Amino acid sequence: MRSRLRRAAAFAAVAIVFATVGALAQKKYDTGATDTEIKIGNIMPYSGPASAYGVIGKTEQAYFNKINAEGGINGRKINFISYDDAYSPPKAVEQARKLVESDGVLLIFNSLGTPSNSAIEKYMNTKQVPQLFVASGASKWNDPKDFPWTMGWQPSYQKEAHIYAKYILKEKPVGKIGVLYQNDDFGKDYVKGLKEALGEKAAAMIVAEESYETEQPSVDDQIVKLKLAGADVFVSITTPKFAAQAIKKLAELDWHPLHFLSNVSTSIGGVIEPAGYENAQGILSANYAKETADPQWDDDPGMKNFLAFLQRYDSGANKLDGSVIYGYGAAQTLVQVLKMCGDDLTRANVMKQAESLKDFETDTLLPGIKINTSPTDFAPINQLRMMRFKGRKWELFGDIISGELGR
Amino acid sequence: MSAAEDVVPTEQEGQAVEAVPKRAMTLGTGTSLIVLAALILTPLLVKNFVIFQMTQLLVYGLAVLALNILTGGSGQFSLGQSAFYAVGAYTSAVLMEQYNVNYALTLPISGLLCFAVGFLFGQPALRLSGVYLALATFALATAMPQLLKLNFLEPWTGGVQGLVVTKPDAPFGLHMSQDMWLYYFTLVITIAIYLLSVNLLRSRSGRAFMSIRDNEIAASAMGVNVALYKTLAFGVSAGITGVAGSLGAIVVQFVAPDSFTITLAIQLFLGMVVGGVGWLPGSFVGAAFIIFVPNIAESVSKGLSGAVFGVLLFFVIYLVPHGARQVAIVSQQLVGKFKK
Amino acid sequence: MELFTNQILAGISTGAIYACMALAVVMIYQAIDHLNFAQGEMAMFSTFISWQLMQWGVPYWGAFVLAVAFSFVGGIAIERILFKPLAKAPILTNVAGFIALFSIINSCAGLIWDFTIKQYPTPFGSAPFLGSQLISTHQAGMIGVTVLLLIALYFFFQYTRIGLAMRAAASLPESARLVGINTSWMIALGWGMAAAIGAIAGILIAPVVFLEPNMMGGVLIYGFAAAVLGGLTSPLGAVIGGFLVGIFENLAGTYIPGVGNELKLPIALALIISVLVVKPAGLFGRPIVKRV
Repeated sequence: MRSRLRRAAAFAAVAIVFATVGALAQKKYDTGATDTEIKIGNIMPYSGPASAYGVIGKTEQAYFNKINAEGGINGRKINFISYDDAYSPPKAVEQARKLVESDGVLLIFNSLGTPSNSAIEKYMNTKQVPQLFVASGASKWNDPKDFPWTMGWQPSYQKEAHIYAKYILKEKPVGKIGVLYQNDDFGKDYVKGLKEALGEKAAAMIVAEESYETEQPSVDDQIVKLKLAGADVFVSITTPKFAAQAIKKLAELDWHPLHFLSNVSTSIGGVIEPAGYENAQGILSANYAKETADPQWDDDPGMKNFLAFLQRYDSGANKLDGSVIYGYGAAQTLVQVLKMCGDDLTRANVMKQAESLKDFETDTLLPGIKINTSPTDFAPINQLRMMRFKGRKWELFGDIISGELGR
Repeated sequence: MSAAEDVVPTEQEGQAVEAVPKRAMTLGTGTSLIVLAALILTPLLVKNFVIFQMTQLLVYGLAVLALNILTGGSGQFSLGQSAFYAVGAYTSAVLMEQYNVNYALTLPISGLLCFAVGFLFGQPALRLSGVYLALATFALATAMPQLLKLNFLEPWTGGVQGLVVTKPDAPFGLHMSQDMWLYYFTLVITIAIYLLSVNLLRSRSGRAFMSIRDNEIAASAMGVNVALYKTLAFGVSAGITGVAGSLGAIVVQFVAPDSFTITLAIQLFLGMVVGGVGWLPGSFVGAAFIIFVPNIAESVSKGLSGAVFGVLLFFVIYLVPHGARQVAIVSQQLVGKFKK
Repeated sequence: MELFTNQILAGISTGAIYACMALAVVMIYQAIDHLNFAQGEMAMFSTFISWQLMQWGVPYWGAFVLAVAFSFVGGIAIERILFKPLAKAPILTNVAGFIALFSIINSCAGLIWDFTIKQYPTPFGSAPFLGSQLISTHQAGMIGVTVLLLIALYFFFQYTRIGLAMRAAASLPESARLVGINTSWMIALGWGMAAAIGAIAGILIAPVVFLEPNMMGGVLIYGFAAAVLGGLTSPLGAVIGGFLVGIFENLAGTYIPGVGNELKLPIALALIISVLVVKPAGLFGRPIVKRV
């Protein structure tokens, strides 16, 4: 008797287990995902004032071509649909709506620019479509409580500024700081972070702040003013063209302050080389990714993967352009998230996997820097390492730092 | 570089903007009714996204219409409409988000405010014409994004981050999507402004505008108060552009300084030229051009989208140097031939 | 006081950039009575051509001469092919044509040479000029070349037959035709010269601002402003206008409290408009009298 009951119970248990597993193994899709395809949307400035960043979209397209050539993600090919917004927020809204409502994408990935992303944030969250790995360093993308469908990727500008401020407080506590910043969200965010981390000393230490607009041909005038204000620390919150102009002008003026350079302009090929290697000695910055021009990564397997990818799928790309490495890293992160989704390609699950990244390393992150997210931490990359330009390359120094205030 | 003065015959200086006969300023009744029917019925048949694009078309069409009144009507060249558009957009955004004003109420407020701004700007502009006026309006357009970024205005404008605008729901519990409601709301306002503009241009003021456009000195000699009418034209144009800006802000649900750069002013100008300077219905054709042709150019070639756009633009201006109005005239003639 | 002089000097060095461009603007205005929006892009493209030639091994001066010659021919070609058909079209349509040209050139340059900045060499070196660290030898050289161009243009317009013919064709086309001047080719010539001057401007400016497809956008605005301030009929006015704009912008940034820094361009433009309201033809321009 008992054994028959036991057998029945065992049988029932097995049946239940099978049923559950069967249910779990069921494929689940939202718009944009099918058995054979995952549609991914993207918005980039391919024309207009920020067109230099369009190369990120091109790199990502090439990377997804590689993934598709290697069999896709869990057997599904990636269909990458990328539109131009010319860095104009109204156009970004139009393109986002087109991607979601007309093209039916599963998610929008790595769309670029703080204004454009700010414009579509509410829409994406109302429609419950993931706005994943936003290509902007504004700190507002780490707000899972109010915007659970929006997540950033790179370390925020404010965090980076905290690191510089802490360094200044430690190494040059009586320094006089002159700041050159681009008069937009990028520049202003940095300045905010800098002042926040300097605390009460900010007012005393910052002797001059000069802004510039991207329409201006050159920033030479501003540099002259900063020098004349007596600064001996120079914080350059500039995009590549103006960063190079600043480096060159500093040399011409024979002015050698402690020079901090924003991470967006550390590309050796894009900034340092045109400005002149000899003029860039001693510049400080911070980074989270490897530099192609740095010989110390010549034998690094991650860098080798990257270079092999370029050769095979994106041979026209300028491998010294920081944007190319950026696109590669971001695309790799997305592929990881999609792989983790398995057969459950609902938007909710995409966000769930995106907020469960644990110690994920891409080919291009600096060793020791890992991607970590959680339901309350929507900032995947949170760490940086400081570096100093010496000779013809950036020399990393110090520990890996996180940009938190207080430490 | 001698001290001798240049004497220029009138054709050179005066005819910067060609005259458009009053009759030809609008569509015939039959065509108008067909277009109206299409505008009213299409949203019931298409997806929300297309409705959104149609609403954008109406908004930009309004802005181009305003420019048509200013340039085609009174002969004053303006590259600065984006500034008035921005003022209108921000007025609505700030009133809606910071002071909880109902969205419909913000429209007349923004229209009046922009009228005042335009009227005031028209004053110093009186002494300028042609390329000098172009430069002055250009200066206004470049100044606007920078003014919007000013630190001390940040508590209201949101600074470089801009403001997110809440989209209104259909009132009275109507079973309509937000997009559809917004479309019909915009349509009603557009039609109203269009009819008022046609009326304005047919009225005494309109005749005054056109006399100033055709020959300012003669107009003045005939007793037209040139100063008043020129500034009035600026004011009206700015007011309508402001209303367009407000609607634009509500439709896009976002305002930021980067949304209102000189690129917008140039696009509105192109819209006016493609539509036909001075031909009010053409404003909407021009708006369609500036919204959809860049998308077409992008689908042809992402890397060369600007070049494709330029080529398409050249194509249009070679075929029809006088814009869509030329197409309309030609088709009218064809229809006339058929009737015989 | 020292700050003030330094500001003036710094303003002069930026102003040199504007002055160069303003000369090209005045040149095209003399030819067609209009401002060509695509002027800056044409200059940028020419500069890229000379850069490319140097990448292929051509020495600096060879590349310079070739690029300027190419620009001259290119300018004429663009006018003959693209704008002659629009000669009878309304002016506003022509302006739309300029905008289209701008778009095409900018896009093509971006595709061919991408958007990363390129270093551009200078024949004048970058050492401090006369010991002053605010003006480098390159900037001094830039001012020198601009002045030379200015003098050359002056002689061209005042003392050569073609120069006179061009001025006649621009201001009184009907009468010019009556005396046998081929006004159509004068316009083409004007375009060619403007393109050549633009190329020289681009080649001088690139070492300072770094070469990239969007390099001339801002410069063109300032060039327009400077040319208008100085008087669109006066090359000398254009050059002086350029320096004035550079100096004033710098001073405005320093001495106008609060907003001076953030509103440099609008303030500079506001100044120019104020001057225009008082002197509608610019500082050195010839007033145009309208015949009733």
